[in-house]
Amino acid sequence: MGTAYTPGLKVSPDAIVHKTRRLPVKGTVLVKVGDVVQPDTVVARAELPGDLETVRLAERMGMDADELQGSVKISVGQKVEKGQLLAEVKGFFGFFRTQVNAPSQGTVEYYAEVTGNLGIRKAPVPIEINAYVRGAVSEVLAGEGVIVAARGAFIQGIFGVGGERQGDILIACASPADVLTTDRIPQDCAGKVLVGGSLVGIDALNKAAERKAAAVVVGGILNQDLRAYLGYDLGVAITGDENVPLTLILTEGFGAIPMAERTFSLLRALQGRGASVNGATQIRAGAMRPEIIVPHAAVAQSSGLGPGSEGPPASGTAGLLAAGTPIRAIREPYFGQLGEVADLPPEPVRIGTGAVVRVLRMKLTDGRVVEVPRANVEIIER
Amino acid sequence: MTVRPEDLRLVLATDCGSTTTKAILFEKKPEGWRQTFRGEAPTTVEAPFEDVTIGARNAITEVEELSGRRILDPAVTDTLKFLTPAGDKDGIDLYVSTSSAGGGLQMTVAGVVRTMTAESAERAALGAGAIVMDVLSVDDRRKPHERIARIRHLRPDIVLLSGGIDGGTREHVVELAETLLAADPKPRFGRTLRLPVVYAGNKDVAGAVEALLKEHFGFQVVPNIRPVLERENLGPARAAIHEVFLTHVMSHAPGYDKLIAASPVPIISTPHAVGVMAEEAARRRGIDLLAVDIGGATTDVFSVCKTVFNRTVSANLGMSYSVSNVLLEAGIDNICRWLPFPADPNVIQGCLRNKMIRPTTIPQDLSDLIVEQAVAREALRLAFLHHRSLAVGLKGVQQERTISDAFAQTATGESLINMKDVSMIIGSGGVLSHAPDRRAAALMILDSFEPEGITELCVDSIFMMPHLGVFSSVHPDAAQEIFEHDCLVYLGTSVCPVFRKVKPGAPLLAYKLEGPSPAAGTLLCGALVRMELPLGASAKLTIEPAHRSVDVGAGPGKPVERTVRGGHAGLMLDGRGRPLVLPKSAAERVAANKRWMEAFGLELPEK
Repeated sequence: MGTAYTPGLKVSPDAIVHKTRRLPVKGTVLVKVGDVVQPDTVVARAELPGDLETVRLAERMGMDADELQGSVKISVGQKVEKGQLLAEVKGFFGFFRTQVNAPSQGTVEYYAEVTGNLGIRKAPVPIEINAYVRGAVSEVLAGEGVIVAARGAFIQGIFGVGGERQGDILIACASPADVLTTDRIPQDCAGKVLVGGSLVGIDALNKAAERKAAAVVVGGILNQDLRAYLGYDLGVAITGDENVPLTLILTEGFGAIPMAERTFSLLRALQGRGASVNGATQIRAGAMRPEIIVPHAAVAQSSGLGPGSEGPPASGTAGLLAAGTPIRAIREPYFGQLGEVADLPPEPVRIGTGAVVRVLRMKLTDGRVVEVPRANVEIIER
Repeated sequence: MTVRPEDLRLVLATDCGSTTTKAILFEKKPEGWRQTFRGEAPTTVEAPFEDVTIGARNAITEVEELSGRRILDPAVTDTLKFLTPAGDKDGIDLYVSTSSAGGGLQMTVAGVVRTMTAESAERAALGAGAIVMDVLSVDDRRKPHERIARIRHLRPDIVLLSGGIDGGTREHVVELAETLLAADPKPRFGRTLRLPVVYAGNKDVAGAVEALLKEHFGFQVVPNIRPVLERENLGPARAAIHEVFLTHVMSHAPGYDKLIAASPVPIISTPHAVGVMAEEAARRRGIDLLAVDIGGATTDVFSVCKTVFNRTVSANLGMSYSVSNVLLEAGIDNICRWLPFPADPNVIQGCLRNKMIRPTTIPQDLSDLIVEQAVAREALRLAFLHHRSLAVGLKGVQQERTISDAFAQTATGESLINMKDVSMIIGSGGVLSHAPDRRAAALMILDSFEPEGITELCVDSIFMMPHLGVFSSVHPDAAQEIFEHDCLVYLGTSVCPVFRKVKPGAPLLAYKLEGPSPAAGTLLCGALVRMELPLGASAKLTIEPAHRSVDVGAGPGKPVERTVRGGHAGLMLDGRGRPLVLPKSAAERVAANKRWMEAFGLELPEK
């Protein structure tokens, strides 16, 4: 068969992660290959072109555009100060002058004779990008940014809201099946990445935000609680820019779903360690999923952090299902259940909807063996 | 390279969609052109692969395995090299492709007046297969800085700038160019690429606009899309958009240089190819026609009415990536109203959110499938509403009116779509093409499009209209032959009377069917009745209205006699009225949905 792979979410105690840190416009890179960087290290800087302010000369002077010739006192490309004279007409006998002055400092970018409008480009706005994750610079993208390589634990969630944050991991629930309730939000969770179990409600989220937690990582949330947290209903699944007090990462999905034991155990082992988290999610082919990165204590510059040390999964080998592959069901009626592939019947099978599809037999953790469409499982990647 | 249709015997076509790349083999058999094998694989335009040809190769490999024919040169693995020409066991004669990967062609358009030049610009872009991200106009009630912020936020592939008839307004057009300059938007692909801007406005200010923009953008001028108020001239702008899409945008998308090099025929956007087939089907039959493609991210609607072709795309209405947006736009109550069982809206919303975050999953049990089909009804309904708002005559045109026109209150900008004139509706996309029971697809189309009069309902068997659309640019007759034989699956014929002031349960019409399974009876107001009329069969249908307001297409109270075509759902008599109004009480709604599904022979969930 052609390459039919089942993508899964990565949950690894030791992975090499490359994060591309790119400026929106060309600028200056401030670090070099091999430099050790901290999450807040500024790695590149640029200047965004300032806003272009349109001055409606003809309109302000009460004239038609073609009558303005000779009245404009500046030329394209000229720098102007705030208040500087841009255009002037004299009335009868030199009296009743009408003047238009520059509303701001900048450079005259254009003057359109058709409209009688003039554009002043304001001073550039400086922007900086930081390293986001502790690691080493593995590649410099000339004038654009860098690639930072980090070695450590790497956990992908399924969905998140809120952007990049940093904080120490703090386990708030004793088991992955526990609900993260308000009484489980510690007093001293400011700046921490709180790890819950199966569910978090709006009250607990608000309490964590009130206590200045950096992020909450949990198995699931109810749709109505997410709406309450965001203040609106989510439409298209492109997130990361929400104006929310803390980043929320779901590892399993919507509803009360115990966090996968493997994920929870790994996070528990990372208690107290510094993490970089990002809730940004884009669900498309080649999806962007939310992430938790916990770099190892020492930045091992010589242990494979060079460019290309973690390439894309090779076509035809990554994510292939086989007997014994650990999987999770991702749709009803077995949604959230864990198990392993028991068997992969080659022939398509008629399922409950009447559709004839390729299935697999899944051995659940309670020992039952059930039939599930292959499209409805994901591999638990290591 | 010139391709001679008479030399073709085996043609391979791919469609690189946003989720899946589909490869299809067309073969010339003794009995005619046929579609023979199909393979598919995930699209690989985005990370981690970032090379569209990997997915295409995987899909083609599946066709090779199924057909037992070697198609790709095994010695070349880093690009698509085909064995040509076709031999007995190896090779093909031609490779063609369409693409909507990476989100398809995304455009921002601008015009002076929203309902005139801006609307023409929108139609030009949509007809060229684009997703229109925003329509800017001088009268769009946004302040200049708001327009600038919006343009900056969007990252279109192409901007279409129009405005003013030739000899008309100058200032407003140049102001739009100034706004564009101030925003300085960046293209999605190719960081070194200058964003292409196609100018199709008042020719008198083309020079002034060019002077403003040529340093910052990839600028080109084409004839005005609205040279005079009474006429649209969309062709040159559409041609320029195709050209720019191929030469600038796609060549910067990952792997497309190799895809373009693999075919002697220009790659076209998927919706454009579907539009070509829809337009040709309507032209050959001489009918008004609707077609819809409901995908994971977007829903495209095509209409050919009174020979005018229109296409719209609802960019955020779809069954997987965009399913939450359907929920948002339609509202949970509107989705739940199509369910034949009581449901907790919060549970349904949770299920749909989970579909959004795991978009490739499929329903495993019946109730889950029915929820998806309810969402599809709302996505289709909203997409069709959007289409009707754009498939209109030109606005702002002065018309000579007679006294009768004045009394009839006719206005410019009327919808071109008269449902009684629409003779065929073609559905496409997974939820329709791959519905486990094709009768369910018929009911979805009936509920969401609300056809009137007598209409044939079809689905695209395996979503091959894009492949046929691009193939038809080389061999239109072969493409049509495959379209009729292998692509169109007839669901049957719907008969939907329009009426008023008829009480529920009262007789609407008497019908008589003469054919393989003769039948006669009375359709009551509010009823939905289905009769077997097998695929490939036809029958004579006679209808006699029982009320003077009942109109089945010939006019109120007029009898109709027609030959009707059968299909998977047979003959469907829909006496529910137009517009279709569902009962207000939840219990009655559930009962009505149950009745309708039972009428169509559809299985109901046990719980």
